[in-house]
Amino acid sequence: MLSSAAMAAEEQFFPLIDYRVGPYGSNGQAFYGGFIDYLNYVNLKEKGVNGVQMTYEECETEYNNAKGVECYERLKSKAAKSAGPLHTMSTGISYALIDKSAQDKLPLAMMGYGRTDAVDGSVFPYAFPLVTTYQMQASAIVKFIKDKNGGNLAGKKIVYLYHDSAYGKEAIIALEAEASLNKFTLVQIPVAHPGNEQGAQWLKIRQEKPDFVIFWGWGVMNQTALKAAQKVAFPRDKMIGSWWTGSEEDVVPAGDAAKGYMAATWNVSGKQVPVIADIENVVYGAGKGNLQDKTKIGTILYNRGVSAAVLSVEAIRKGQEKYGKGKALTGEQTRWALENLNITDARLKALGATDLLPEIKTSCDNHEGSGKVKIQQWDGAKWVPVSGWIEGNKALIHPLFQASAKQYAKEKGITPRDCSKEK
Amino acid sequence: MNFFLEVLIGGLLSGVMYALVALGFVMIYKASGVFNFAQGAMVYLAALSVVGCIEQGAPLWLAIILAFIIMTLFGIATEKFVLRKLVNQPPIALFMATIGLAFFIEGIAPMVFGSDPRALELGIVDEPLPWVMDNWNMVISKFDLVAAGVAGVLVATLALFFQYTRIGRALRAVADDHQAALSIGIPLQHIWAIVWGVAGFVALVAGMMWGARNGVQFALTFTALKALPVLILGGFTSVPGAIIGGLIIGASEKLAEIYIPPVMQDLFGGNFGGIEGWFPYVLALLFLLVRPEGLFGEKHIDRV
Amino acid sequence: MLYREAGQFKTTYAADQQLFPIRQDRIGVITLLLVAFLGVPLFASEYWFSAILIPFLIFALAALGLNVLTGYAGQLSLGSAAFMAVGAYAAYNFQLRIEGIPILVSFALAGLTAAGVGILFGLPSLRIKGFYLAVATLAAQFFIVWCLTKFPWLSNNSSSGVISTQKLIIFGHELTTPVEKYLLVLSIVVVMALAAKNMVRSSTGRAWMAVRDMDVAASVIGIKLMPTKLLAFAVSSFYCGVAGALYAFCYLGSVEPDGFSLEMSFKILFMIIIGGVGSIMGSFLGAAFILLLPIFLDVALPFLAGLFGLPFSSATVSHIQITVFGALIMFFLIVEPHGLARLWQIAKEKLRLWPFPH
Repeated sequence: MLSSAAMAAEEQFFPLIDYRVGPYGSNGQAFYGGFIDYLNYVNLKEKGVNGVQMTYEECETEYNNAKGVECYERLKSKAAKSAGPLHTMSTGISYALIDKSAQDKLPLAMMGYGRTDAVDGSVFPYAFPLVTTYQMQASAIVKFIKDKNGGNLAGKKIVYLYHDSAYGKEAIIALEAEASLNKFTLVQIPVAHPGNEQGAQWLKIRQEKPDFVIFWGWGVMNQTALKAAQKVAFPRDKMIGSWWTGSEEDVVPAGDAAKGYMAATWNVSGKQVPVIADIENVVYGAGKGNLQDKTKIGTILYNRGVSAAVLSVEAIRKGQEKYGKGKALTGEQTRWALENLNITDARLKALGATDLLPEIKTSCDNHEGSGKVKIQQWDGAKWVPVSGWIEGNKALIHPLFQASAKQYAKEKGITPRDCSKEK
Repeated sequence: MNFFLEVLIGGLLSGVMYALVALGFVMIYKASGVFNFAQGAMVYLAALSVVGCIEQGAPLWLAIILAFIIMTLFGIATEKFVLRKLVNQPPIALFMATIGLAFFIEGIAPMVFGSDPRALELGIVDEPLPWVMDNWNMVISKFDLVAAGVAGVLVATLALFFQYTRIGRALRAVADDHQAALSIGIPLQHIWAIVWGVAGFVALVAGMMWGARNGVQFALTFTALKALPVLILGGFTSVPGAIIGGLIIGASEKLAEIYIPPVMQDLFGGNFGGIEGWFPYVLALLFLLVRPEGLFGEKHIDRV
Repeated sequence: MLYREAGQFKTTYAADQQLFPIRQDRIGVITLLLVAFLGVPLFASEYWFSAILIPFLIFALAALGLNVLTGYAGQLSLGSAAFMAVGAYAAYNFQLRIEGIPILVSFALAGLTAAGVGILFGLPSLRIKGFYLAVATLAAQFFIVWCLTKFPWLSNNSSSGVISTQKLIIFGHELTTPVEKYLLVLSIVVVMALAAKNMVRSSTGRAWMAVRDMDVAASVIGIKLMPTKLLAFAVSSFYCGVAGALYAFCYLGSVEPDGFSLEMSFKILFMIIIGGVGSIMGSFLGAAFILLLPIFLDVALPFLAGLFGLPFSSATVSHIQITVFGALIMFFLIVEPHGLARLWQIAKEKLRLWPFPH
């Protein structure tokens, strides 16, 4: 599966631990399709980064932790010479790779999933929960609701309906902090995996009569929730989901029940973003597109894959500035680059990615770099952004990460780096 | 009280949905003694075929017929190429073969029809009945009522089919005793092919109902997990058992999800919701301790 | 010729009762162990250790546990992964809460904890049989995983329920490299496999097999069903529990309850069915088959597609893998329903005369 232009002298290798089958396969297809298309786009459009070609190899995990580790080990030796960031798009696999990747000096990107306290780069030098995390996202959603309610949430009731797994539980700590800060009542309702039956939960929500439902679903749980909300006549425009509940794949199967539903996202959808349209022209024009089904171009998850690739390639660019233009980066060098990203709106504009994703500036003590999301609403045919970039309450949330990272360091006997000395 | 009734009725109606899937298991187990693990995958295949045919431009009724043909052919092929070769093997080998079959379907169905989750519109909106809502302030879903009706019709049809047709009688004979059925000249293999066809039909009905409810996607295969406790409770060999088991499981699971976690929360602190995953199994297990063959299962007599 | 046991006379009871009474078997096992302990570490790459050999041994151990229960005692179980989860979390908690406890001791205690839980969930087996029991063990599967998510104490109050295992220190030496971990896992697995081999030929093992073949008949000839069945559950869960602890400590390093899913239980069940129900060796063969086949397909299919210039997209390749995997299971069952262990037996019989068939 190596890019055909593999003859060039220098190659930047991307190990892709991906998934395209199984319960979440269609999510993976769109995301990794976008990711690979952008790598090829860089190769075709500008002959790689300063002449360095982007190459990749895929390994199918089926969203299974053990297979993810096998894939990692398989791709690891190929990534010894040069490596871009790893994207697993699975919280479970990311967790399993945290220690290994640090040992092997391969940077692990976890964009909107994975171990969130890795925001504290002093303890997790090789793990990057880039752009934003579950907790910051939950905080941003609360902020959005607060703004809608005239800046006051006191006495309101918010239901948190979540997938009963590591993924769903991550946000609780942030929501509890927000609840005591903003004096609203938080009702937590877990849904057992896979979540294809939510009758009881929604009857309970009906009984509780909340002002809003914050919703953390995954896979079939998303459509089921929308349908079940319709079943108890709960207004969908009072439901706000996380970014794993806000793709076309999540709402289309629910049909009309999804109309008016809102979800957070850290990238916008659509082909109006210049770079997405250009990818379709350049990559698919050359017959090198990764997607079989071209209708996925411009969907939320496709664009998310492109965003992830944009960040990764920008990191390569940044790294080459330090370690030599026209040279492939090792994992260690890519790590430095990821820690020193500074992608401004001007830079995004130059890339044709205006507003595709928020500005990002990372550092040793902030591996997140942004913490911003947009809220978008499904109008029955497409996702429409209904807010600007909203930043979560950093002062409230980031100390939680540091405390958690500190505990991890203690358990593992890690001596945190001194971030003031990192350059 | 209102709320209790609402949960109870909602639970009973979801139970019907579970029973729809469980019926497919019962059909095959009854006739051939095979615990067909691939039933969930067959539900997925059936729903995918309907959606796939609609995407190719077929109207809904034609898509259903085409899907039925696909399921029947699939059932016949399964019998011919897999089960017939495993005659006289221990049940666990047959069980395992159906697990292989499940993988096979899970790989090939999305290859043919695409793996994106899609909507299946049957023209029934899943909304509360306005009349009940206004008068009693209770939520009773239109869609669930239709599903219950469909299940009723399905069971009635199956009952008539078994009771009054030649094939139906032959099926019952085979279910009672393979050897005896063979000896009076019932072609065992044809019968098994028919049974798989019928199970395919049941899967089609279940697939359309679940597909219309939650979207047509890979997770339809998980519906089997909801059907298993129903099966144990109702007995592997009983059609009415599947329906009644479904109702019991559906209702108790919903009531438990509402009323047990708060009690546990008082006892231990913390949030104990999300018990739907295991509650039906534990319930079925406790029930089995009293009646080891399920509600309507055949009593098994051991002879040494 | 190569495998002829004729002429091997036993002159003492000890010789007659040894674990491998046939000389060729002894030589084979010793060679295998030498290769595993000495040869493999010399030649295998890091990928082989961390991605194939360690999980292979761990899953073989779990399969062995299930095989004791299903293959020898005849109780079908679909909850093996949950018992592995018990082992993993128990080992973590012993390490965490008891100061200075040696890692091997906490592995053993983890196994015992799992055994206790196993006995609890084995109780219904006294009344329920066959597929009813199998579905009942699903209750264990779901309930245990739920408990691990719900009681934060078990995961040391980690907000997500994920645990990161402690360091592996044995006699003051920290195991960090894959080779060291491999040797640790290998030693534990070898000891436990030999113990199992010994156990199934003892009176306990014979009682299990009697119960498996027909429990009513077994009770008639004086085998007490309750202790026999519960012991099978306990031993089986002990093996699964230790496998779970190794899975967490030596393989993944960080586990969440949901990782021990029903899917994993099924995988372990596949291993014993493909490998051979009621065979120690079959557990190993089955684990190798189930783990290696997908990896092989993953590597081979894109290569084949490239070779013939087929325009397969990545998604299609992944779908074909699953399809082929399912088809192979069916094919294999049709060709050899008694598993790989049976093929091995046939091979041994052939070897008796080979290369001179008359």
